[in-house]
Amino acid sequence: MSRAVRHRYKGREQGPVQQEGEVVDRRRLGQYWGITVTAGEIASRCEPGQFVNVSVDIAGTLLQRPFSVAGASPSGPVAGTIDIVVDSHGPGTNALGRVRTGDRLTLMGPLGRAFPMPQRRVSAVLVGGGYGAAPLYYLGNRLRAAGHKVGFVIGAADQSRIVDPIVPKRMATLTMFTTEDGSMGEQGLVTDVLRKALVSTDAEVVYSCGPNGMLAAVSAISEDLGIPCQVAVEEHMACGVGVCMTCVLPIRDRHGEVHNRRVCVDGPVFTSTRIAWEQSRYVGPVDSSAPETVLLDDGGGGESRDSADRDPPAPDVAVPQTVDEPAATPNGSPSEGDAPGQEGRSRQRDGRGERRGGPGGDSGVGRRPGDGSWIGQ
Amino acid sequence: MMNRTHAADTSTTLGSLVLDNPILTASGCFASGREIDRLWDISDLGAVVPKSVTLEPRAGLPTPRMAETPSGMLNAIGLQNPGVATWIERDLPYLRRRGAKIIASIAGNTVDDYREVARQLGAARGIDAYEINLSCPNVEHRGLVFAVDPDRSAKVVRAVRGVLPDATLFAKLTPDVTDITAIAIPVMEAGATGISAINTTLGMAIDPVTGRPMVANGYAGMSGPALRPIAVRIVHQLHTVLGPDVPIIGMGGVRTVEDVVEFTRAGASAVAVGTATFADPFAAHDLTVQLGQWLDRHGFASLQQLRGQVHPWPHHVPPILAPPEPDGPDDGAPSRPGGSVAVDDADS
Repeated sequence: MSRAVRHRYKGREQGPVQQEGEVVDRRRLGQYWGITVTAGEIASRCEPGQFVNVSVDIAGTLLQRPFSVAGASPSGPVAGTIDIVVDSHGPGTNALGRVRTGDRLTLMGPLGRAFPMPQRRVSAVLVGGGYGAAPLYYLGNRLRAAGHKVGFVIGAADQSRIVDPIVPKRMATLTMFTTEDGSMGEQGLVTDVLRKALVSTDAEVVYSCGPNGMLAAVSAISEDLGIPCQVAVEEHMACGVGVCMTCVLPIRDRHGEVHNRRVCVDGPVFTSTRIAWEQSRYVGPVDSSAPETVLLDDGGGGESRDSADRDPPAPDVAVPQTVDEPAATPNGSPSEGDAPGQEGRSRQRDGRGERRGGPGGDSGVGRRPGDGSWIGQ
Repeated sequence: MMNRTHAADTSTTLGSLVLDNPILTASGCFASGREIDRLWDISDLGAVVPKSVTLEPRAGLPTPRMAETPSGMLNAIGLQNPGVATWIERDLPYLRRRGAKIIASIAGNTVDDYREVARQLGAARGIDAYEINLSCPNVEHRGLVFAVDPDRSAKVVRAVRGVLPDATLFAKLTPDVTDITAIAIPVMEAGATGISAINTTLGMAIDPVTGRPMVANGYAGMSGPALRPIAVRIVHQLHTVLGPDVPIIGMGGVRTVEDVVEFTRAGASAVAVGTATFADPFAAHDLTVQLGQWLDRHGFASLQQLRGQVHPWPHHVPPILAPPEPDGPDDGAPSRPGGSVAVDDADS
């Protein structure tokens, strides 16, 4: 395998780099493709929850496609590689699903903020929808390595959209699967079994990734039980580095004021209580006055700025808060991957948005759970 | 400063402003400058044009704010920005510290907004030039953008000129008009130093299944390579009508060095990179490095020698490429604005 040949960065040891990598493996993961690509610099900088932008060299496409990092191996037998999970459902993701070993891809990453790690030993439950499970496997490995207890609740539309089910089973003390059609695990949505899972594992922190409608519902249940919850959200995104201002989500600051914050640099991981879901398009009836009530995100400078109002790492923040049951059907799902714009469109019918992009939008009603496309090891 | 790896002269002038190279950022595609400065030194650019600032902070529009289209994208952000006061306090000093040349972008809902933003920017120090974004909705005039109306556009420029008497002022125009020179001429007469062209053109994409617009706002600004020929045509039109003394910042789908040269040949003095930064955050930086090398490779001593150089085919000289009449009204203000470049005349 050949290592990345190009690094472009300013000599820092943190932050994103752009590099060209070589596809060293592509494998079927049910409906998805698991892709492993050499990207040594990204692998060594990456933490669970962060994402990479992948250039797609297809005529007519313009933007990179964002994928959560589903695994990173800075060392070991496949040193210097990262994994992503691709759900092929548009021109960009179709092309990525067809890559062959030896193909070269240009990657930019790691981007965004990672999941905060617990400060003391905890019991953690990781809730994934569709390919949103993939980055949680990466996180699960890290948590286990640090001595935490890990449980998984993974949901999708059907069995073919449960990413690599053996992976969570191997590492977790509890693994529950839900499918909407009952083809695997319990029939229903992750939120149907979540309360039970949280209680039976004495969960002290919840991490979740999947379609935004599901995340809103997972947040509500966790907050109702007083368990801190960290979610990795998705939103339509053009640049991934904080300049285009397209991927905003209404986020509360410490004083409760809501600002449009960029998912790519201020997220994608947020403490659940900070997200003003009721002002987003992901739950409830569309509130056409939302833009008026949202204060401005001053956007200023991705990094420093919002460290100030980020919550401390998970388990020490418990902000029980009553949240009405969101209208959205929590399903698991989908958000996935082909980010920019269109590709998700055909999928909207069955509920899948594109990854951090998608039209996840419809309050989830009638949506099917998910697919996600990020990784799996 | 970057290390020169070429012999050719890439410098350019915008009014009284001299730039090492003609590569700028398109406003709205570069946020505050900090984001990209994490990746490369933004002082390598000819100048930075940060996101437009308004008098008050703006939260922007609801999501989804963008959709990819064939070789392009649609966006409707709604000028999300921290407001001029915060920008002056926080972002301007950063850009100055980084050593970047700065072309501040001004937006507003009313003529008074523009005047006040310009006044505050003028009172701050360290801004090298200004771009007046005339493509914002005009709340005093049925929500239309200023740049579709020659009188209102001129009024804004006159107001800004009034508070910035000596500044280098560019007016950024929309392509969504029948004859852009009919807007550009009054804008120049009102005191602009030059023209920035083009802003996005209004587009729309609709999900066939849900019936919803792909961008929440419904109509959205289209940008990207799909737009480039339109932008090149407009820059050529402006350059032809306004004459070589009027600097033009060309933009619209610029991605490669060839694109930069194409705009220069059409008449641009400088070229701004917009959507390409979204596709590759290093795009503008690459151009600053590659432009001089390209000129060397093709044997051109300077970029400016190519400005406005479009040569007709030997068998057909269309009116738009005909050399000016020796005694004609060729000094920048044709008696029939735009007439000399009307493509319709080609076969008449």
